Amino acid sequence: MATHHAHAVLPDEPEKATLEGKNKILGFWLFLGGETVLFGSLFATFIALRDQANGGPTSQQLFDMPLVAAATLILLTSSMASVMAVLALHKKNLKQLQAWMTVTVILGLAFLALEIYEFVHYTSMGHTISASAFGSAFYTLVGFHGGHVAFGICWILSLQLQTVKKGLTVVTAPKFYVACLYWHFIDVVWVFIFTVVYLMGMIGGKVG
Amino acid sequence: MSAHASHAPNRSGLWDWLTTVDHKKIGILYLIAGGIFFLAGGLEAILIRLQLIYPELSIVGARTFNELITMHGTTMIFLAAMPVIFALMNAVVPLQIGARDVAFPFVNALGFWLFFFGGVLLNTSWFLGGAPDAGWTSYATLSLNQYSHSGVDFYVLGLQIAGLGTLIGGINFLVTIINMRAPGMTFMRMPIFTWASFITSGLILFAFPAITVGLVLLMFDRLFGGNFFNPDAGGNVIIWEHLFWIFGHPEVYILILPTFGIISEVVATFSKKRLFGYSSMVFATALIGFLGFMVWAHHMFTTGLGAVANTLFGLATMLIAVPTGIKIFNWLLTMWGGQIRFTTANLFAVGFIPTFTIGGMTGIMLAIPPADYQYHDTYFVVAHFHYVIVGGMVFGLFSGLYYWWPKMFGKMMNETIGKWNFWLFFIGFHLTFFPQHFLGLMGMPRRVYTYLAGQGLETGNFISSIGVIGMTLGTILFIVNAFVAAKGPKAAADPWDGRTLEWAIPSPPPEYNFAQTPLVRGLDALWVEKMAGNKGMTPAEPLGSIHMPSPSILPFLMSVGLFVAGYGFMYHVYPVVILGIGFTFGCMVARSLKDDPGYHIEPEEIEGKGVKA
Repeated sequence: MATHHAHAVLPDEPEKATLEGKNKILGFWLFLGGETVLFGSLFATFIALRDQANGGPTSQQLFDMPLVAAATLILLTSSMASVMAVLALHKKNLKQLQAWMTVTVILGLAFLALEIYEFVHYTSMGHTISASAFGSAFYTLVGFHGGHVAFGICWILSLQLQTVKKGLTVVTAPKFYVACLYWHFIDVVWVFIFTVVYLMGMIGGKVG
Repeated sequence: MSAHASHAPNRSGLWDWLTTVDHKKIGILYLIAGGIFFLAGGLEAILIRLQLIYPELSIVGARTFNELITMHGTTMIFLAAMPVIFALMNAVVPLQIGARDVAFPFVNALGFWLFFFGGVLLNTSWFLGGAPDAGWTSYATLSLNQYSHSGVDFYVLGLQIAGLGTLIGGINFLVTIINMRAPGMTFMRMPIFTWASFITSGLILFAFPAITVGLVLLMFDRLFGGNFFNPDAGGNVIIWEHLFWIFGHPEVYILILPTFGIISEVVATFSKKRLFGYSSMVFATALIGFLGFMVWAHHMFTTGLGAVANTLFGLATMLIAVPTGIKIFNWLLTMWGGQIRFTTANLFAVGFIPTFTIGGMTGIMLAIPPADYQYHDTYFVVAHFHYVIVGGMVFGLFSGLYYWWPKMFGKMMNETIGKWNFWLFFIGFHLTFFPQHFLGLMGMPRRVYTYLAGQGLETGNFISSIGVIGMTLGTILFIVNAFVAAKGPKAAADPWDGRTLEWAIPSPPPEYNFAQTPLVRGLDALWVEKMAGNKGMTPAEPLGSIHMPSPSILPFLMSVGLFVAGYGFMYHVYPVVILGIGFTFGCMVARSLKDDPGYHIEPEEIEGKGVKA
């Protein structure tokens, strides 16, 4: 009987089965609304300062398309992996869920590695946080995003580890769901960074 | 989870307060901490007025004066006004919507402790090399290393930590109000204070990230050699002004909207009438919240944004007078023909209406860009924002505290002391700030530590400083009243013949609030039942076991971690930064790994049956 093993039978959409789960998901959507303003402010600052290279290397001299394109491809793929993870969650298949989350984390790490390489490379070319207003704005915006990716990786890893012991329950399911929302969000932010920082930085001359 | 962990944990003394996740206790914590900061900010104000009582005094000196005005503004806005608002929101909103708790009790406690430690960090600056002295707006380049003291570092990190607490508090209330309403409590049946808290929380959510970014940029410039605001390296100082006011103007409405809610509750209750124009009140509150995001540049008319920008921002600002006017008339029409009782709470509410209207009128004057070029940076501006913030918000907070004190503490405040409190504060307030309008029009600049004799500024300044005595005595009487109340008569569940759900349960409420979730059958839920001749609310569920969240020390510890890391940043001791932030993250992981089973309160432990009126 289902009543006997109440925990073993997981309801459909387990992330929304309890009020706690629903609260968590709504609260997280709202948090992402605040994060949007946060990144919006950073983007606005960057756009205002992106031509102020102060005699140092400009964005046209710095940016390298193949590297950024690879990073973009990796992060977009990791976002897809997290979609697959949510699908697995809805199928209540913990094994698949863990597998797709692992793919997400590995791709996230690869993205971070590329970003660190990129930052080290730029620094060696004289593009640092204190070299110019452009440098300050670039490292703050892109670094904030990178910090979000790093936090997301640690977060998903801790969820994966605790789920090994706890299994997929109405308590752990919302945690995965919310972590995937977060992962999508930082992916969307990257799409804007790719456009505003890199594409506009490579093709653009002065704007205004 | 394990249903066996069903007994309430042992609770006693300090440990209980450090670990509580009960919204009612967190409300009291906010009130005490906010009250202490209010006294600190008030002391700073007394010193400011003492310095300005006669021309050419040097009681505190120029640098200390700069520190005093900076800390007075920062403390009053971030550490006194906002926490007292959060105190009332915590104490009242869950009760008004018929909820047993907020959506995130743990996050609620975390929000409080972050605010508290942020505030403490900011105020330790007095003992560690001097307080911030770049004004509460901390404009660059004045706030950069070359032009200001290390105090600004305390401003940056203290506000960052406190702001984080406010942000998560806002999210908590949004989710609570959306998801936790009792059956039948539709949005358009919510008490107006809950509506105001809802919209305020939305403003917090979308306004605070802007100051977060602003503070990060300033921190990078001051501590890590950034160039955001350094014109020599291509930086742009206007970015700070925009970010600060994109946050700062909604912040004004974050302060005043809950006050509007309080006034609406108090005026309706003490007129024994339904609030006039409830739906237009909701509409006006939402519209003010929306327009509040569209007007930030009216603080920057003299920055040089150009005629088009100034015109548009001036017009948008004037538009706000329309929904605000709706509110003023709704309050007047609520009182019209009502059975008005002039309790202390209602005195403050009635005193609020004309005082706030004066502040609104000077606001319209300031919204006219060419005129603003004359008023800008004078005492006219100081008079204006003290009329809306003290004459508006502080009157409203006193009103709300007198009104909900019986519910929060289960004790009645003394009405005689209360009336002395009102009249002293009211008269003192007008004495202090009314003359400042004219001082401003005569050209007295704000933020300057003295003025010369023989320019016609003596009388106004003297009266202004004398008025402080009234406000000080009024505030002292409030504290006296709190202690008198503690020994005074026990409060009934419904001492004011209230209309809303919080008056349907005992004072103070039991920790589970409602033994049975009530069924809401209309606006002014309790009044509906009273008019139907019922003894109390109709329960929406049978009496049963109530699940409660466990207390936790983690919110306190997480805030301590960031507090410690703050000093590490300021003194460039990076191991301390890593230790502090690592400790906070460690606490987050601990919270995630260990599920909170909570505990249960069984029906036999619940005093009385059903919900009483």
